[in-house]
Order: sequence, then structure tokens, then C-alpha cells
Amino acid sequence: MKRFGLLMACAAAAFAASGETVLIRNADVYPVTGAPMKGVSVLIQDGKIADIGPKIVPAKGIRIVEAKGLRVYPGMLDSGTELGLSEISGVRETVDTGELGEFMPQLRALVAVNPESEHFPVVRVNGITSAMIFPSSGGGGGGGGGGRFGGGERQIISGQAALIHTDGWTWEDMEINRSAALHLIFPSIAGRGGRGGGAPVPENVAEMLGLGAATGYTQARRTYEQQIAKLGDFFDDARKYQKARGAHVPGFQRDLKFEAMIPVLERKVPVAITASRASTIHDAIAFAEKQNIQIVILQPRELGKAAAELKAKNIPVVLGRVLALPENEDDPYDGAFTLPAEAYKAGVKFAFGTFTNEFVRDLPYQAATAVAFGLPYDEALKAVTINAAQIWGAADRLGSVEKGKVADLVVTDGDLLEIQTQVKRLYIAGKEVALTNKQTRLYEKYSERQ
Amino acid sequence: MNKAWIAALIALAPLSAETIVIQNATVMTVTKGTLKGSVVIKDGKIAEVGEKVMVPQGATVIDGTNQYLIPGIIDCHSHIAADGGINEGSVSVSSMVDIKDVLNPEDIAIYRALAGGVTTANILHGSANAIGGCTLPIKMRWGKDAQSLIFEGAMPGIKFALGENPKRAGNPQGGRGAATTVQARYPATRMGIEDTIREAFNEAKAYKEEWDAYNARVARGEHLIPPRKDLKLEPLKEVLEGKRYVHAHSYRADEILMLIRVADDYGFKIRTFQHVLEGYKVAKEIAAHGAGASTFSDWWSYKVEAFDAIPYNAALMAKKGIVVSLNSDDAELMRHLNSEAGKAMKYGGVSENDALAMVTLNPAKQLGIDNRVGSIEVGKDADLVIFDKFPLSDYAKVQKVLIDGTVYFDRDNEVSGRPAKQAEKQKLIDKEKQNQQRQQPARRPGAPGGQQ
Repeated sequence: MKRFGLLMACAAAAFAASGETVLIRNADVYPVTGAPMKGVSVLIQDGKIADIGPKIVPAKGIRIVEAKGLRVYPGMLDSGTELGLSEISGVRETVDTGELGEFMPQLRALVAVNPESEHFPVVRVNGITSAMIFPSSGGGGGGGGGGRFGGGERQIISGQAALIHTDGWTWEDMEINRSAALHLIFPSIAGRGGRGGGAPVPENVAEMLGLGAATGYTQARRTYEQQIAKLGDFFDDARKYQKARGAHVPGFQRDLKFEAMIPVLERKVPVAITASRASTIHDAIAFAEKQNIQIVILQPRELGKAAAELKAKNIPVVLGRVLALPENEDDPYDGAFTLPAEAYKAGVKFAFGTFTNEFVRDLPYQAATAVAFGLPYDEALKAVTINAAQIWGAADRLGSVEKGKVADLVVTDGDLLEIQTQVKRLYIAGKEVALTNKQTRLYEKYSERQ
Repeated sequence: MNKAWIAALIALAPLSAETIVIQNATVMTVTKGTLKGSVVIKDGKIAEVGEKVMVPQGATVIDGTNQYLIPGIIDCHSHIAADGGINEGSVSVSSMVDIKDVLNPEDIAIYRALAGGVTTANILHGSANAIGGCTLPIKMRWGKDAQSLIFEGAMPGIKFALGENPKRAGNPQGGRGAATTVQARYPATRMGIEDTIREAFNEAKAYKEEWDAYNARVARGEHLIPPRKDLKLEPLKEVLEGKRYVHAHSYRADEILMLIRVADDYGFKIRTFQHVLEGYKVAKEIAAHGAGASTFSDWWSYKVEAFDAIPYNAALMAKKGIVVSLNSDDAELMRHLNSEAGKAMKYGGVSENDALAMVTLNPAKQLGIDNRVGSIEVGKDADLVIFDKFPLSDYAKVQKVLIDGTVYFDRDNEVSGRPAKQAEKQKLIDKEKQNQQRQQPARRPGAPGGQQ
């Protein structure tokens, strides 16, 4: 029966060309931006949601999908991945995150996306229809991606993050926004932005152990200050370049790094800043104020005092994996589980990112964990849909089931965030996508072995 | 007099394990279905399970209304509570080392696992060697000493490892975590791994024959000098005698099949294949050998040998009659094995009860401790977990965890105790600051010229 279903989905995908008109009938629609609508139909036309309502009369010849008892949700958006850029995280040749160089704003994640990556179909079948892809996952620990092979460990600006669909023939097909953010790994005293950077040995302890100043707090602080200064200089230089460019100075030479900085300086592209600790977030906010740039904070491991600041300055946050260990040994065991609820209570806008490819398909379950630990359900749902779309400037097209939006739709037999829920159908930009992948194929194949 | 004193001590011992009744919960027994009812706990054991039970006088009553009660979760693959490194990577056969010698009862991961409903875990040596160190299951008796963590009476094990990890030391140039400064260590290929294991059992077999011959002659009344005890071969001899379980880290189908054939040739059994991500490809052979399989629910793609991993693995292997468990191998994942079991329902349609068994009864069977733990049955250890919601879901959170009838984790106490803990921490920090100021009044952090 199940196998039959899969075959059907394959067949459906084969003739569901983009632009096909489809009516999903009698479904319970969860628009996310409004109250659920029971027993309504959704009309998909030209890749968009053309209509939603109880009484849509289908035009002759269009395909009708009976969805009685099923639910329609907007496709989910994972706000932090390396999809298409990393295939087997342990094999260098298959990983294209974490380039050499400290300041690399000109690098574009989009151009290194392998549309044939096995990860795309694997995450799709769980309802992830779009994703932010980062040129480096932020270095450091946690099985994180970027920076393991290239010069990523030393990166400060890693390049341009793109917003993509999880389906398409080429990276151009998949593109939603090739420069949705500039990725900055904010320097921090506790190592780099990511977790597990290894806090430096406190000065007094270093002294006790007879360690030189090189491992002490003083040295870490000095390195940090040097990096901050360098970062400031880079932005200042970019601004000088911007001025020179505007003034048509004779002998002006085009510089690709600084060209890439201009949309940031013009506040057209936000800077996504990896910052783990509250103090780093505070410093990052101060930096953003000084440079007059728009920012999004990535993967904070604590909010603490920074929460009020984020709220006051209206700065959104992408929370990393909810299913994560506490940062410090004496932190509450559920520190990472309760972080989303904490962000919500502080009034901070946030989305979720999984930050390694193998956990992207668990995005809805990460959100569910946040619900178990105090986040209102509706907020969890928004964090994987509309809030994410808003943060990445795509809320006019993605993130909800609304007339006129791109038809990224997930048809399920239950609650989108519940593990046992099965995805029954999937539409990306109006095209029905087969619910098959390398794993379902192996499953089919070895189910046959007697 | 002396005897009476000992008797009194014995009588005192279960005091911590009071009589407890968990009332009106949805009780998921695993072996005897799910019922709305109560569980009576006496002397650390489950004394009664039923829809209606008598509450013994003086019993502590825990209200389980709208809550779910399941057997304590068992993780068949963990490295927590092991002090320092868990790999003795200098030799290919490191059976002389034992996890029991490095247990650290103060590892915070024990408490965190407990807070995720884990009551028992198999603590394994790492995977750097074809034949690794000795292993054993522990209970998460947080607050007790190292010796008290050990699951008393449980059969000990030994870790084997196949594939990329044990190969790595043989190839210092390649791969994540490879040592670049040390000399290559045999083996560097899957062929070499087979050979390493065969060589070891060749030796172990000869060693066993030597001891068997000695014991036979001693039994006949001869007085002899015993053979020299070999600490490397002793655990392998125990494997040959069926006195020690083999838990074999494995990924690819070929290496799984290889180890089954090696074990067949030398006449021992593989108790469990661990990770066993391609187990679904050779499920028939694993089942025929009688080995269990302890796998991840959905981990994949982190290395080449994990690229054919499928989340249907558990379901497919179970369908072939293999006793399957879901493990963590990770201090974080360990904290939500309940929802990992939910994934077995999603991928491959395992029933609710069979999925729950994959993190309770099945790992108990694999570790040979199912007479004690793994289900809610009269006479078994009162290792129990109370969840606030249907447990095979990420919406559920652990409320209370009991081991041997003692509450080791209580979320209400945990949460309400936080302000006091925070205050205590602050006090210590303040005290330290004062000490520092008193000792070094002129010192400012970051001040130049501090210590050059």
C-alpha cells in the first residue's frame, strides 16, 4: 500500500510540470498567518496560490487532488543550512563551505550549490521547501560544517548566504535570493562565534598553572580587540570605496570585495552575524549601530541581557539547534530547549536553523521540542515558516498559505511538527515534487530482499 | 548479635527506596500492553501493576493523571561517565583496558541523561581499534560513587570496531581525526581489520586451550603451575566461553557480514552490531547469526560509510526478526531517545509498542538484563519514567525518573531549585572576586604589562 503510494507520487511528479493548474480540494488549511480553515480548497496556478476558499469551481481539465482529512501547511524554511554545499561532512572533497581568507564578502554560496545533492530530496520529504544556505556554518564544534577544511577557522566575513528552494534543475532555478545576507562570524573572546570554541583559561588559573600569557585571558582579549579593529577597518575601507565610487574619482579601480559590501552599507542586504554569547551579541549590536547596518543574529547559545537589546533594536535572531547540550556544565539541563521560549517572552523575533545538513529534516521536531519547553505552538510554527520568511525579506512570497504567494505547500496527515506525521504531497513553486529519495529507494530495494 | 546487626543494616538499605504508588497514569508496560492504571513500588521493585491497586499504608502517592509512565529508557551505546579519553588508540587490540576503571560518577552527562528519561546505558570504549576495550552497563544513579553506578550482575562486554574508524590510525594522512604525527598503525583497510580480529582469536583460542588443558589436569588431581595470565587474551577467552558480549561498531554491509563469518569460524557470537547503518542490507544474515542491532534513527551522511544509512533501517531489521534498539552514542541525543523511537513509527511504520521497545525492552535484551529492566512488570526493578504527554514525541517532556524505586530526577524540584543554585553560584563568584581583589589590588584584567 505504501509502496503503491510512492509510485503514485512518482507518476504524479512526472506529469506535474511547473505552471500546471491544480486544485487541492476539501483540505484543512493552516495558513499560519490566520486561523485554520476547515474543508477548503487551494488553487495552484502558474506556480502561485491563485485562490483559497470553500467554493472554488474548478476550470475544466485541471487536475483535482482530493485532500479530505488532510492538512495543507506552507512549506518550511530552515534558516541555517549548508544544503548543496556539503554532501558528506567528513570528506573534504564534498564540502564547499569555509573558504580561505578572513574577509570574503564577494563569495557567493549560491554558485556552489549542487542541485543533485542527495540532501535535497531527503529534506524535502519532511516538508522543508526552502532554506538559507551559508558559505560557512560558523566554525567550531557541534559537528558544525564550515571551517573544517578551508581557512574557515580564521574567517570573519565568510561570504553571501542565499535563500533557495530545495528543488530545481540548476542553482539559478533554485534561487529565491542569491544574496539574502552577508555572513559575519563575530570575533569573540571565547573563541569563534560557534560553540565549543574553547573558553580561554582565566588569567588567575593560567598563572596558577604556570601557563604563559599566551593562553591567558589577556592574550585572548588582545586578539579579540585586534580582530574587532580589523573588522572596523574593513567596513571603513568599504565606505571609503563606496564614496570614491560614487564620486567617479579618476583612476578608480573596481574591487570585488568592496563591491560586495555596498548593498550592506546601503542597508539593502542584512548582515547575518554568528554570535554565541550574550556579551558577543551585545558587541555585535554595538558594531551594527556604529556601522549603520541591518543585522540578524545567528546561533546564539544564550540571550541573557542581550534579549532586551535585541527587542529594543528590533533585531531578529536565528536560533540554532534546540536539541543541543547546555553551553556550560552548570547551566540548566534544558538551557537549549527553553531558549526559544525565552526569546519569545522577551519579544525577540526568531526563526530556527539546524546548521548541519543531516539535521535539516528534523527542523519541525526541533520546533516541537521548543513547544514542550514553553514556546506557544503557533510561535513554533511561525518560526519555521512566516517569521523565517520575514527575517530573510521574502514574506511577500513565502511563509504562509495566502493568495498570491508562491505555492510552496506541504500536505500532511497531521500536525506539521509532530514526528509521526506523514507528508502526503509536496509542492514547490507550484510543482508537485516526488516524495522519494535515495533513502526511500534503498528502502524499497531492500524490502524486496527475501 | 552480629547477625542481627547485619540484618538491621539490610533492613535499612531500602529505606531510600520507599513504597511508592504512581496512580492513574497511562502505563505503557511494553510487555503487557498499555493500560490506564497504577504501579506500586516496594523495596525498589515493581510490586503491582493494575487498573486498580490498593495503596499500601504509608506509601508515597505520585499522581499520574494525564501522564504517561514508561520503563526507564536504556541506551545501548554511550560514552558518558567515562573519564578522559575513551580510545586507547596505540594498539589494534586493546582488550586489556576496561571502562570500569575510568567511570566518573560526577559527569554532568549522567544527570542530563537522567533528565531525558535514561536509567541505564551501555558504556563503551571508543572505536579506534578493531578490538577495543571492555565495556559494561551502568545505571544513572546520580550522586552515587563509581562502583554504585555499575549495573550489578550484568554481563560485561567488549567493543569491536569495523570500517573507517579503526582504519584511520593506519592511514595518518587521511580522514578526520587522523593522527598526522604518529606512525601508521596496522590495519589500514577492511581486509586488515578482518585479519586483526582473526589473529587475536587465533591467539585467544590457543590461550583458552592451554587453560582448559590445565584446568582438566587440575580437576584430575594434578598439582601444576598455572599458565601465565594474559590480560589482553583473558577477555577474548571470555568471549569464546560466552561470558562476555561482543558489541561491534559497524557501518557497511560487507564488514558486518565479515564479522559474522569470523565469529562463526571461531565459534563465538556477536551480541550486538552497533550503529549497523547498513544492517538492512544484511538483515537476513544478522538474524540468522542471532545478533541484535543497535542503530541510530536517522543519522547519516557524516562520513562515506554513513552515506547509505536510511531511517528505515530499524524497521527493516525488525521485520527480519532482529532485536533492534535505537541508541545515541551522544550525550545530547541520549536525552531524547523517546522521540527517536517515534521516528521508527514514522519511517517504516513500526507499531507504537514495538517502537517503545526499541529504547526499553530491546536494549535490555541486548545487554542481557531484561530479567531486571526494560518493561513494567511485577518483580522488575522500579526504573520508571513519567512523561507529561505521549512519550514518543518531541512534545513530551520528562517529569520524574525513578531508579530502583528512588526518585532521581524530578522536574518540579529541578526548576524550583534553580534560584537557590544560582544564588549559591553567585556567592561563590563574589567570594572569589573578593579574594582576588584582596590578593592583587592593583591588577586589572587586560591591563598592559601584566605578564609578558
